[in-house]
Amino acid sequence: MAVVEEMPVESTPTWAERIPAGYWALGMILLVMPGIAGDFVLYQIFGWTFILGIISLSLMFLGGYGGMVSLAQMTVAGVGGYMVAIFGVSAIDTISLGWPWYISIPLALVIAALFATLTGWLAVRTEGIYTIMITLAISAAFFFFTRQNYVIFNGFSGFNGVLPPFLFGIDWRGPIAFYYLTLFWAVVCFLAVLYLSRAPFGLALQGVRDNPRRMAALGYNVTAHRIAAYTFAGVLAAIGGILLTWQSAQISPGTASIGAAIDILVIAVIGGLRHPIGPFIGAFIYVLLKTFAIDALTSVGLAGERFQLLIGIGFLIIVFFSPDGILGLWEKVRAARNRDPLIDRGGERP
Amino acid sequence: MSAFAQRHPIWTAIIVVLAAALLWMIFALWPLWLVDLIGRKKIFLNALFNGITLGGLYFLVASGFTLIFGLMRNVNLAHGSLYLLGGYIGYEVANLTGYWLIAFPVAFLLVGAFGVLLQFVVFRRMEGQDLRQTLVTIGISIVLADLMLWVWGGDFYQVLTPSWLSGPLETILVTGVKRSSGDLIYLKYPMVRIVIFLAAVVIGVGIWLLLNRTRIGMLVRAGVDDRDMLTATGVNIQLVFAGVFAFGAGLAGLAGVVGGTFQALAPGEDVRFLLYSLIVVIVGGMGSIPGAAIGALLIGLADQFGSVYFPTYAVVLTFLIMVVVLAFRPQGLMGRA
Repeated sequence: MAVVEEMPVESTPTWAERIPAGYWALGMILLVMPGIAGDFVLYQIFGWTFILGIISLSLMFLGGYGGMVSLAQMTVAGVGGYMVAIFGVSAIDTISLGWPWYISIPLALVIAALFATLTGWLAVRTEGIYTIMITLAISAAFFFFTRQNYVIFNGFSGFNGVLPPFLFGIDWRGPIAFYYLTLFWAVVCFLAVLYLSRAPFGLALQGVRDNPRRMAALGYNVTAHRIAAYTFAGVLAAIGGILLTWQSAQISPGTASIGAAIDILVIAVIGGLRHPIGPFIGAFIYVLLKTFAIDALTSVGLAGERFQLLIGIGFLIIVFFSPDGILGLWEKVRAARNRDPLIDRGGERP
Repeated sequence: MSAFAQRHPIWTAIIVVLAAALLWMIFALWPLWLVDLIGRKKIFLNALFNGITLGGLYFLVASGFTLIFGLMRNVNLAHGSLYLLGGYIGYEVANLTGYWLIAFPVAFLLVGAFGVLLQFVVFRRMEGQDLRQTLVTIGISIVLADLMLWVWGGDFYQVLTPSWLSGPLETILVTGVKRSSGDLIYLKYPMVRIVIFLAAVVIGVGIWLLLNRTRIGMLVRAGVDDRDMLTATGVNIQLVFAGVFAFGAGLAGLAGVVGGTFQALAPGEDVRFLLYSLIVVIVGGMGSIPGAAIGALLIGLADQFGSVYFPTYAVVLTFLIMVVVLAFRPQGLMGRA
């Protein structure tokens, strides 16, 4: 019996229809934000959120899709920032080479990617928790090295006066211009990770995360996939690092300190390692806390310096109750709401 | 030993020659060309001794770390905080009572008790989830660091050395000849460092004996090899876990007092010692006490010789050792593959 298959009435959705409505709304709000928010909010809150989000996104890519939690992402970002300061223009003109931006920025990205690849090459020799330890050791070594090296990294004080290039007659450190600059790169990195997670490479990487042995048996080069993931994440982190350097117009060892590296991990974990939007959520919360916690704490009668305590306790609570961060919490709430009270009364499904 | 010599005759020869050269450099009077080449013998000997004693301190910190890791697969990134906490406790106790020696048991017990608390309240709930445990320890270290900053502020603290330990000890090693009279000059070395190093050796040998010659040690070693099987034989594994965690944390606290005596206590020291214990156990091999000893000695020596002979890059030297070990022996020098 021949059954004529019914043609689907609707054609396949166009690319515009495949994007959920929430994203459209978020995109619109972000685009018109400069009309609503003041300079401080644009530059400090959103600019910083996007930058930290990008760096955490690189960690989310490694951790979420590759299963490798690296604490060296802030270090890679630091390498990117330092390279821009060294090859480009800064106030320390005895060291800075003063090359034009179209050479210094690509060079910085390449060197940061190389550094990330080397880090990856070392780190993938180990697995799981070992990776955290080795990347932590690498980031600490970089911190101490830059603090003591005056020939290249200018030691404790680092570089100041590192400004974005004056392109198209726009001062890119102006609040609105910087907002759009960081927004642009955040969206680019977000889409790149989203795309890559569904591309063959990303799928293979997720396979490697779930079962490296089987992937090796299938003929995939497990080590190469992992190292390539480090390289890609390194490029993301370097973009974030360069933007971070421009935002504060300086880079010093403190930028890539161990505390900063751990902050990046905290951001990624608070947001959630499941989806690339997580790091941005985490970064937003972190920046809000960091900016306003001092006021909030002093109003309750505590000293404002106890900010770290707040962050640490918040981090502990998140790790305790929702290993997948805010995103995981959100999914739990949604699952609880959609549950049919007659069918399942809590507990695990069979 | 002889089996090794038979299998690797060339390596054995190289090791023997190096050891002989080292011994000669320690005991002989240096000829002028050697002094011209690498500086005075006193500097060399001081770097050597400082490296060895620093290695002793690193060993104290790292042995607890590696013990906890070996049994529980728990990378305790709050270990540096436990070290600093122990140091502060030791400082307070030594200041209150006036007895330096009391600081050690008190710091050991208090920090060990804190470790048990951590094990029962936190880590027991997430057994087998390595990554989550590690993340929790990061959170704990952030909180602890800020709490300690709150209580003790950002100042430097030093645990006071008792009078019978302060001052130098004249050793039998010759560093040079007095030009005026022709008398031999002997090396003077701080008494407290020698005592602390000897204590570290005693503790290290003690841990080794405990692990290899007692019933408790047998349980711990069995737990390292196969946790499930040990549980199946009727051993209360939670008790073993708690005991090892307490002991490891207590060692960190003890090391804190030691570190507070011959270095200083300040915020940031927690991260520094965490980093060094990480490197030590990566170099020495995870979960191995002899490995921790070798790694600590190596890193301590590299640190001191580095800071004497190429001051800017001392940190990089220790790091390079780690990279080389990882590249050629990822499981660490004494680690099991």
